[in-house]
Amino acid sequence: MNLFRNVVFIAAIAGLVAGVVLACMQAYATVPLILKAEVYEQAGGGHHHDHAAPSSSAVNSVAAAGNTMSSVASPPADAAAPAEDEGWAPADGFERFAFNVVANIVTGIGFGLILVAASEFAGGIGNWRQGIFWGLAGFAVFTLAPGLGLPPELPAMPSAELLPRQIWWISTVAATAVGLGLIAFRKSLPLAILGVALIVAPHIVGAPQPESFETPIPEGLHHQFVVAVTLTDLVFWLVLGAAVGVVRGRFTGTATSLRDSFA
Amino acid sequence: MNTASVSLGASVSSQSRLVQLALAALLGVFVVGFVGFSHIDAVHNAAHDYRHSMAFPCH
Repeated sequence: MNLFRNVVFIAAIAGLVAGVVLACMQAYATVPLILKAEVYEQAGGGHHHDHAAPSSSAVNSVAAAGNTMSSVASPPADAAAPAEDEGWAPADGFERFAFNVVANIVTGIGFGLILVAASEFAGGIGNWRQGIFWGLAGFAVFTLAPGLGLPPELPAMPSAELLPRQIWWISTVAATAVGLGLIAFRKSLPLAILGVALIVAPHIVGAPQPESFETPIPEGLHHQFVVAVTLTDLVFWLVLGAAVGVVRGRFTGTATSLRDSFA
Repeated sequence: MNTASVSLGASVSSQSRLVQLALAALLGVFVVGFVGFSHIDAVHNAAHDYRHSMAFPCH
């Protein structure tokens, strides 16, 4: 399991770096907007916090009936803040920030594992510049493509059932990844056309949309959030790809000229 | 775009290479899936801001 260990090692270091960078960017760019939206969420009373997928209303009522503490504390309509909706949640302030940092690092390593494994099939990321291009591909696959159909959402925004959206998100990511791979690594016109078709197909099928788009969130706030999410994710993927290139270059001892210009 | 001339773990056989890379990718998918897509409430709440900030389907 020599190769496996190397992949995990590279992904761990790159994911740690990129995750910390992303957490810092989120603290300034996206989390303040989420906190603003939560003010609207609480002020607006009823919101669309359907956690459970198929029978959300039934589950919500069961949860409300089972959890007498919260049903006493909050109004009968499910008007609780997301943090106190169900179950444990980190306290606002440092604890919430700390959990966000942990989530960023853990998923940074997860995305790093996917990126390193995928790129090894194509010969590996040799230096930070190749890493930038792999990072762009990761951004296109994991942020741009699903974000077209399901734009980044703030709390209190209406949305369709959770499970169909998750299925659409995952299918879109998979189709876009395969499509990009076909275009980039198969030197054949029919396969390139198939790749384009795979990238386009999820958007023809269409993402699950809410029945009504009515929301207390001002459109300006949402737009600001979409821009912030897209740009922070772009920087995250570029840092992740570049970091993989640098760490891997040190590992294999290749890419000597470009290695020292970064890091 | 040139690919690296030296690949990781070049000494292992191609089949073992495939299995190990697939395992690493699977581990990554599992990690991201757990943090970003788990329906467990505590996991959702802990990673709430992260899920919104990565545009994962949330709520």
